[in-house]
Amino acid sequence: MKLLTHNMLTSHVKGVTKGYPLLIKATEVKVNEVEFQPQFVSRMIPKLEWSALIQAAEGLGYLQDLPNAPISNYENNEEFLRKVHRVLLEVEVIEGCLQCPESGRQFPISKGVPNMLLNEDES
Amino acid sequence: MKLKELESCLQQVDGFEEPKILLEQYPTSPHIAGCMLYTIHNTYDDIKNKLVADLGCGCGVLSIGAAVLDAGLCVGFDIDSGALDIFKQNVEEFELSNIDTVQTDVSTIGSSFAKKFDTVIMNPPFGTKHNQGIDMQFLKTAISMARGAVYSLHKTTTRDHISKKASDWKVKMEVIAELRYDLPASYKFHKKKSVDIQVDFIRFTPK
Repeated sequence: MKLLTHNMLTSHVKGVTKGYPLLIKATEVKVNEVEFQPQFVSRMIPKLEWSALIQAAEGLGYLQDLPNAPISNYENNEEFLRKVHRVLLEVEVIEGCLQCPESGRQFPISKGVPNMLLNEDES
Repeated sequence: MKLKELESCLQQVDGFEEPKILLEQYPTSPHIAGCMLYTIHNTYDDIKNKLVADLGCGCGVLSIGAAVLDAGLCVGFDIDSGALDIFKQNVEEFELSNIDTVQTDVSTIGSSFAKKFDTVIMNPPFGTKHNQGIDMQFLKTAISMARGAVYSLHKTTTRDHISKKASDWKVKMEVIAELRYDLPASYKFHKKKSVDIQVDFIRFTPK
């Protein structure tokens, strides 16, 4: 699971009103090289939940001094875009779980795939 | 990349080992996947550098094609862990890194990914066996997830129904191609060797 994917995931356990952001509890993390596409990263930045990304990157130890808000004029700052590229696409959680901030329900991550399926009584 | 090259590349994607009837795990042939992706990429430029979702991705032929055509990231969603295991193996064999997967029930995620993706591609279950209406649940979810276009396959016999729904949901619908879907006799209850069904390749865009 990449952090760009994590940025979009919500827990929708029955009764939960704010199942976001999911807390990452990782036991195995990998960094896989991904081709750098500056336009793609630039275009994603305004659409992200930035604070959730920062929280996730920090929790995994890959914050690389990214600030609490996107810097101004980031489109032209390759160093910044490369750092964002790294946390969005290259850092991957292989094993662990995601925890719903409201219900505490844990969603396992196995072989890099988060399992968001709910039991019948939860949905 | 030429259509022929894309198609022969997609022939390397492994499919279902034991397709499950309840999940309607019909494979998307490399030919159909190739035609879909080639059109989405060349005619509409909706793959390269886009955030793409593939709903009911199965073993991943559409996702892998999207990743090969340089999607920014393609995320495959499927309910079945067996299919996702094969998907992951395929991704490793293709050495693709712009691809990710989530195990979830697409028919229940509703609007929780509202407008998160640039493009949604899918070959949804046709909803013919024990799960009537699932094709429309997939379509509704896809339309809620996309900021841009949704590309999907539907039985031609359902075109009028889909057209009504599209107008209810305030999206523009355009049949890009009529395809013959060669359904191999994957299951025991199929008596003939294979069945051809007429399928529409449809593009939905916000109005």
